[in-house]
Amino acid sequence: MTCTFQAITTLSGTACALPLPHVDTDQIMPKQFLKGIDRQGLARGFLHDMRFDASGQARSDFVLNQAPWTEAKFLITGANFGCGSSREHAVWGMRELGIRCVLGTSFGGIFSDNCIRNGVPALVLPAAEVTRLMAPAQDPQRCQMALDLAAQTLHTPADDQTLHFDIDPLHQEMLLHGLDAVGMSLTHAANIHAFEARHLQANPWVMPPQKKPTQKNPPKEN
Amino acid sequence: MSPRTLYQRIVDAHTVRPLGNSGQILLYVDRQVLNEYTSPQAFAALHAQGRKVWRPSSTFAVVDHVNATTPVRNARTMVLVDADRARQVNTLAENCARHGIELFDMLDERQGIEHVVASEQGWVLPGMVMASGDSHTTTHGAMGALGFGIGSSEIEHLLATQTLIYRPQKNMRVTVQGQMPAGVTAKDLVLSLIAQIGVDGASGHVIEYSGEAIRAMGVEGRLTLCNMSVEAAARGAIMAPDDALFNYLHGRTRVPQGAAWDAAVTQWRLLRSDDGAVFDREISLNASTLAPRVTWGTSPDQGVPIDGVVPDPAHESDPERRRGMQRALAYMDLQPGQPLQGLPISHAFIGSCTNSRIDDLRDATRFLKGRRVAPGVRALVVPGSSMVRAQAEAEGIARIFEEAGFEWRQAGCSMCVAMNEDHLNAGDRCASSTNRNFEGRQGLGARTHLMSPAMVAAAAVSGALTDLRAMPCH
Repeated sequence: MTCTFQAITTLSGTACALPLPHVDTDQIMPKQFLKGIDRQGLARGFLHDMRFDASGQARSDFVLNQAPWTEAKFLITGANFGCGSSREHAVWGMRELGIRCVLGTSFGGIFSDNCIRNGVPALVLPAAEVTRLMAPAQDPQRCQMALDLAAQTLHTPADDQTLHFDIDPLHQEMLLHGLDAVGMSLTHAANIHAFEARHLQANPWVMPPQKKPTQKNPPKEN
Repeated sequence: MSPRTLYQRIVDAHTVRPLGNSGQILLYVDRQVLNEYTSPQAFAALHAQGRKVWRPSSTFAVVDHVNATTPVRNARTMVLVDADRARQVNTLAENCARHGIELFDMLDERQGIEHVVASEQGWVLPGMVMASGDSHTTTHGAMGALGFGIGSSEIEHLLATQTLIYRPQKNMRVTVQGQMPAGVTAKDLVLSLIAQIGVDGASGHVIEYSGEAIRAMGVEGRLTLCNMSVEAAARGAIMAPDDALFNYLHGRTRVPQGAAWDAAVTQWRLLRSDDGAVFDREISLNASTLAPRVTWGTSPDQGVPIDGVVPDPAHESDPERRRGMQRALAYMDLQPGQPLQGLPISHAFIGSCTNSRIDDLRDATRFLKGRRVAPGVRALVVPGSSMVRAQAEAEGIARIFEEAGFEWRQAGCSMCVAMNEDHLNAGDRCASSTNRNFEGRQGLGARTHLMSPAMVAAAAVSGALTDLRAMPCH
């Protein structure tokens, strides 16, 4: 099985707190960064309007522009981070900037799926734990964190606490081994073929009539 | 077997196999639509691995996000001067040609917003699973199908395998009883629902809509309702198919004809939640209490009825939510207690996959006959598809918009997402029939107020947010 992303087993580094709710993917990766056809060059776009002013200068009052959080590997977010648009560019840019793990009480569903596909654990934690982790993450002396994905633990050296988290077992396996989801699913190709044959027979309209490109649909009143 | 919801029945009917003991399954997907900005990376990954497209006929592609909407569209006006956008459109065409995928390119008379085109073509049918690289794929629940948005890596997975690795979601039922008052639309209903349950209120759930008001609603209103369900974080929205839907679908290009149609309808009539099916969450709304709504903030749940006022963050007990409200008010340049009615606007926009279908345009023109867009307001209509545009021209609707001073433009996503030339500037304030009032969505520093198309029309001619119920229509 080919690896599509770097496997992640453990991760240690700086944690950054962003306690804003519902930060949507339009803010995480604004439209001017959606003009490419690849997954590169998106680090600058991550939370662009929060990080940079209108003239393109870094905003010194924004946490990701301040040491030690310029080196953040963990991002502790408000509820529903990554809601909105499906654009995977949000995750590509975040990862390129160096953030390899996000933690919060909830995430936008598509964003969370996109994180897994790019080797970025998106860990859902109870509200009390997120609140506890937010406090040291705002202190430059105490904002270190360590993830052990196999053991399902997060350690915060500042208070020497170890938190156990739940993660989908399949997602855990994919992250730990950097598994290629497409390759994994293609090992079931025979199952897919057999299912498809039955399904198309039972629902013949699933195989659409092929129309010439010039054919029009008559206007219809509802 | 214990009673199942419609959603569970569709998932069961598309389960290729379970994936170990993870609770996830390999889900077969019947339909996909590709666009020019989320698909190139999927094809690139497919090519890097030397993989083929599993079933090209399950997919069509359309240019909608980056194309211009200049009023005149021909081979000369549709040259993309922006090299990056041109590359996205050309890459889509190359990928479609290489894999035998049908493409509705910029000059195709069926071009338009993917979700509008899909339903008008009859591309998504009851009982199907539809996934696309756009979050508003929930739209297709109105077809009695399961639709949901996916990222580019999942597009690649779907192209290569016709399946997705899928975790079945929880079930939420939203029952809407009562009759919608005059002037209240599906948009007002969905904005009201989102305000009630919150922008993450349906997180981890698929919503099934039912009740008297849903049965009475036209199919295009249902499309609006399912479309914006994603703004409450729903992972899908669904409605049991009925005669209104069958009438809507019958005769469309991609729909079975003759005896095949009759056989299909017989099967589709069985698509409903079993009696006694258990929902993880139940929400009830009474349609008769609804009013036309507008949003005041930068999140779709931050809205009130048009006769309401901007709420005061000081009354919000949750600190995180309070911070969100304060930030929204600063961005929107509004004060707590300020009435929404009478707030001056600089722009009015009717369009988007939420509200750009023929019924939306008809509804908006009710307030435009004999009236003019207020001085200082720029008003635009961007029909959801080139076919909607053609139909509106045939019905005389286009002329009403033009005579009122609206720009009558070509189809596309346009100023909903502002990825083409159509965008607002900082400080502009727009009455918009779109789905997201996020910061910067319609342009850096631009302020968006979400509302129904008819409310946008009323605001355009008044020059300010207006209660259309107080406005005589001709």
